[in-house]
Amino acid sequence: MSCRLSMEQADKVLAELRRTYRVFAPKLFPKQGRYSDTDIVRYAEIEHVNEIEFDRKSDFPAKEVLSPIQRTTFYFTEEDYRENLHEQLPALIFGRACDINAQKIQARIYDGNGGFTDPYYKSVHDTAKFILMECGSGWDSCFCVSMHTNKTDDYAMAIRKDEDAFSIEIKDDAFAPYFQGMASCDYKPAFVGKNELTVKVPVIPDKQVLTKLKNHPMWREFDKRCISCGSCTVACSTCTCFTTRDVVYTENTNAGERRRVTDSCQIAGFDQMAAQKEIRSRAGDRMRYKVLHKFHDYDARFHEGSMCVGCGRCIDRCPEFISIAATLDKMNKALEEIEQNQEKKAANK
Amino acid sequence: MKNEFQPSPCRILNVKHESEAEWTYRVESDARPEHGQFMQLSIPRVGEAPISVSAHGDSWLEFTIRSVGKVTDDIFRKKAGDVLFLRGPYGHGWPTDCFKGKHMVVITGGTGLAPVRSMLNMFLENEGFVKDVYLICGFKNENGIVFKQELAQWESRFHTIYALDTDHKEGFRTGLVTEFVREIPWKSFEDNYAIAVVGPPPMMKFTGMELLKNGVREDHIWMSFERKMSCAVGKCGHCRIDETYVCLDGPVFNYTTAKDLVD
Repeated sequence: MSCRLSMEQADKVLAELRRTYRVFAPKLFPKQGRYSDTDIVRYAEIEHVNEIEFDRKSDFPAKEVLSPIQRTTFYFTEEDYRENLHEQLPALIFGRACDINAQKIQARIYDGNGGFTDPYYKSVHDTAKFILMECGSGWDSCFCVSMHTNKTDDYAMAIRKDEDAFSIEIKDDAFAPYFQGMASCDYKPAFVGKNELTVKVPVIPDKQVLTKLKNHPMWREFDKRCISCGSCTVACSTCTCFTTRDVVYTENTNAGERRRVTDSCQIAGFDQMAAQKEIRSRAGDRMRYKVLHKFHDYDARFHEGSMCVGCGRCIDRCPEFISIAATLDKMNKALEEIEQNQEKKAANK
Repeated sequence: MKNEFQPSPCRILNVKHESEAEWTYRVESDARPEHGQFMQLSIPRVGEAPISVSAHGDSWLEFTIRSVGKVTDDIFRKKAGDVLFLRGPYGHGWPTDCFKGKHMVVITGGTGLAPVRSMLNMFLENEGFVKDVYLICGFKNENGIVFKQELAQWESRFHTIYALDTDHKEGFRTGLVTEFVREIPWKSFEDNYAIAVVGPPPMMKFTGMELLKNGVREDHIWMSFERKMSCAVGKCGHCRIDETYVCLDGPVFNYTTAKDLVD
C-alpha cells in the first residue's frame, strides 16, 4: 500500500515509530565540513522529518549506523572481559539503493566469511530495516547503474519528498498500522535509470594476468598522487576493515574498554607486523590492493560480483581528486596492453 | 550466540627463557589445537596479537614469544601465576594426515621453528608416523637459537642440519638454510615426501625457489604464513591477500596456492 502524508502527519508517524525504533537518516550539519564554510551530511538519529537531508547525497554511507567508525566491544578489568552487547531498539534507516545493496556485501564479510559471525554487526543488522530514499537523477559522481546497484526491492518502506508532502510505499506489513487513516495513493519508488558517469568493470581472466596487472606501471602514478589518508575507505559504502584498540579510563587503573575502530588499507602500517618491514610501503601498492579487492578479489572469493556499489563517495571525499572511475579506465587500458603483449608473445613462438 | 571475540583468562604455569628475546609461556588451557594453528593472545590495556601454539598437552598450551611489539613487550612482564587472555585456536594447521608414511622434510628460519615444534615432537613420539624426518633449522646467530633441549633430542633421531647465518659454532653449519636444501637426498624419496617450510617471508620465498631448483614437486611443499591480524576470523581485513584470508584459509598453505599469494 502507498499513502500521502503532510509534514505534520509524517512527524506524528515518526514520533510513533521512535517508540519502537531508533530512526537514523542522513542529516545536514552546517559548517562542519572539512573546509571552512562547508557543510557535511552524515548519519544521525532523528526526531523530526525536517532533519532528513533529501536533496544531497550523504558524505558518508549508511554503514555509519551498521558498522560505526568506533564502538566498544568489551569492558575489561585486570581479570575479566565483559562484552558490550546489550539489547537495543532496532534501527530504521533512511538509505538509498546503493546503501541497501552495500549491506549485502558488508554482511557477506561480517556475517559468514569463514563460518564466523561478528556479533556486533549482527546485533544491529539482523533487526535493521531500511526506508528507501529516491535519488531523483542522482549526482555527478554516481555510477550505480554500471554497478547494477541502482535498484532494490529490499526495503520496508520507500519515500519521496515533494514540496511539502511525502509519498510513502509501505512494503513491510509490520508498518501498516502506523499509516491507518492516511490518504492512499499509487506511489511506487522510481530508480535512477542513467548516470552521467559510467564505468566498465575490468575483467581479469586468470592469475597470470592478475600478477601482470599488479606489476603494471599504472599504479606508480598513485605513489605521488595518493596521500594515503584513508578518506576513500571511510566514505566507502562497503569497506569493513577495522582494528582493535584498548583504552584505559585513567592512568592509574587497569579498568578500561576494548574498542573496534575503523581501519584503512590505504594508511601506512595497515599490514605491518611488529619488528618487520611494511609489505605495501608505497601509496600505489595500497591503491592497487584496494581497487583489486573491490573489482576482483571479492568476486573471486564470494562469486557475487563487485564489492563496489558505485556510490561515488570515494570520488567526492578524495582530497587529491582521484576518481575510481578514471582508475578503472586505466585498469582496462592496462589489461588491454597485457592481453596484446600476450598475443604478441604467442605469435612470436 | 557465541561471541568469538571474547577472550578467556588463562593462568601462566611457567616461563622458560629460550633465548634473551624469545620466551616460552606455558598456560593452563583445555584448548586442543591442531599442529600449526594459532591463537589470539590478549592483554587488557594493550591489545591482541596472533601467536602460534608451539606445544600443547592435556591441559596446557605453550607459546614461544619474541618481544618485538606492544602486546609481546607487555607479555614479557608477566610471570607464573599471572593471567594471559586467549581466544582460538584458529586457522588451518599442518595437514598431518597427508604427511603420514612419507619422508618428511622440515625447513625453518629463526622462531619459525615454533609453529612446527609440536608436530616434530609428535613425529618423535609416534615412531613410524612418517618414514623419517629431515630437519633444516637456520638461526640468525647464537643468541637466536631456540628450543635447545629439543634440538638435541631431534638431532638424535632425525637427520638434522642446524645452521647460523654468518656465525660459527660447534654443531652448527654456517650459511642460509637455502644452501643446505641440495643436501637432502631427494632422489631416494621417489616422490613419497612432503616438505614444511616456515620462517620470515624472504626466507620462505627463497627456500621455495631453491626447492623447485632441486626438482621438488610444487604440491609437495607446505608453507606457514604470518600476517598482521586484528580479528583472526575473517572480518578485520588485515591478513587478506587477494581472495585469500590467511587467518581463515591458512596460515598453512600448499605451495600451489602460496606461490600466488602476492600482497
